[in-house]
Amino acid sequence: MTFVELTYWDIALAALLLTVNAGLSIWLRLGMERQLAIAAIRMVVQLTLVGLVLKALFATVSPWLTGAVALVMIGFAGYEATARQARRLSGPWGYGLGTMAILFACTLVTAFALTTQIQPDPWYSPQFAIPLLGMILGNCMTGVSLGLNQLFGRAGKERLAIEAMLALGYTRQEALKPLVRESVRSGLIPIVNSMAATGLVALPGMMTGQILAGVDPVQAVKYQMLIMFLIAGGTAIGVLVAVVAGSGRLSDERHRLRLDRLTPIK
Amino acid sequence: MGDVARTRVEAAEAGTALLWVRGLTRAGLEPADLELASGELLLISGPSGAGKSLLLRALADLDPNSGEIFLKGEPRNRFPAPQWRRLVTYLSATPGWWAPTVQEHFRPEDKDIAAGMLARLGLPPQAMEWDVDRLSTGESQRLALLRALVQCPAVLLLDEPTGALDAKSTAQVEDFLRERLANGLAVILVSHDRAQGRRLAKRSLVMAKGGKLSEGPP
Repeated sequence: MTFVELTYWDIALAALLLTVNAGLSIWLRLGMERQLAIAAIRMVVQLTLVGLVLKALFATVSPWLTGAVALVMIGFAGYEATARQARRLSGPWGYGLGTMAILFACTLVTAFALTTQIQPDPWYSPQFAIPLLGMILGNCMTGVSLGLNQLFGRAGKERLAIEAMLALGYTRQEALKPLVRESVRSGLIPIVNSMAATGLVALPGMMTGQILAGVDPVQAVKYQMLIMFLIAGGTAIGVLVAVVAGSGRLSDERHRLRLDRLTPIK
Repeated sequence: MGDVARTRVEAAEAGTALLWVRGLTRAGLEPADLELASGELLLISGPSGAGKSLLLRALADLDPNSGEIFLKGEPRNRFPAPQWRRLVTYLSATPGWWAPTVQEHFRPEDKDIAAGMLARLGLPPQAMEWDVDRLSTGESQRLALLRALVQCPAVLLLDEPTGALDAKSTAQVEDFLRERLANGLAVILVSHDRAQGRRLAKRSLVMAKGGKLSEGPP
């Protein structure tokens, strides 16, 4: 197995393909040349910065620095999970709920994988911890976002049914159960689809990357399976925590539906 | 009357009335006082948007509210909320349904009793198997009333329960309510139908715009 090192010229050559996109945009008058250029430049700048940060991080191997980077990543994931929702909890809960669920699920699953399966030395080694957390985080964020979007988006539409149950003396857990179930299902659909299609529809990026880097494909497949299970576990925990906590905030201790705690519909 | 004496009188009233309410308020509602005896129907009328439904919802504790409420001498906060709502049950003008068929909306122990009462509301025996999607507004209102009554609440809070019914179905619902009133059920009825109020209620309250309650015509 060999690892082929890339030069900047190789990358520049690949970037020439963008001229095809630009040409297409000009020919068809799509008006996307500017967006395309900005997106490409952003990608190059962001990845270069990430590369430099990771290089410095890997050289240091400090638990505090690793933890700080992980927290920043989780903070961004929490923001992204709630940013595009039609309705969300008002006040600090809006951002806090999704972020706390992601924080809980992703750190738990990442720490589990680092301490029991991968076991690098030290266990918090950023070379393993950060990419692993990133992969779990990306999927968990999507799941939490979809789950909460369903929960808060449909609560208003289902109000009559939920309040009919509450008015008849059902508990808030009973009244919100159909909505909670649907919301958890929504949050889990992407990862279930992704697991079912892996290897048939698409070769996962991490596995492909390892193979390109010269790793034995069987080893790369094992890593990919491990990652998929961690992602599925992390997403399930994150979605469940977020939706159950969200449903708790959507009701109160007197078993009332509290739509007033949601932001107005966008 | 001094404050202490009045407190004593009110405490005695709270013990004797089935439902005793003082200073019940929430956003959009002036503090409301009312009492209700067992077997009594109290009519609440007033213009649309005055807050009649808000008052019923506050009584059922479905929205944040404050005030003193006693049921059979017991303060509301001594009851867990679900138990309170089984005893003081609110029925919305637009009933909600949460499962595909009618029978799934009844607790297992109530299904047979409910099936036996269908005819009293002018509904056929197979109504329990109906899909809720195909219910007409009138059928939905009557089945929702049955769903609430079969749980034997002490107080029923009815919000325009016959708004979508024809004269015959309205009469059936009223007969059914009279029978339950004779058995001790107490009802607070919000209705725009003055004739219905005269047929069923001996006492009425009027809610003005802004949510202020006052004695209505007998």
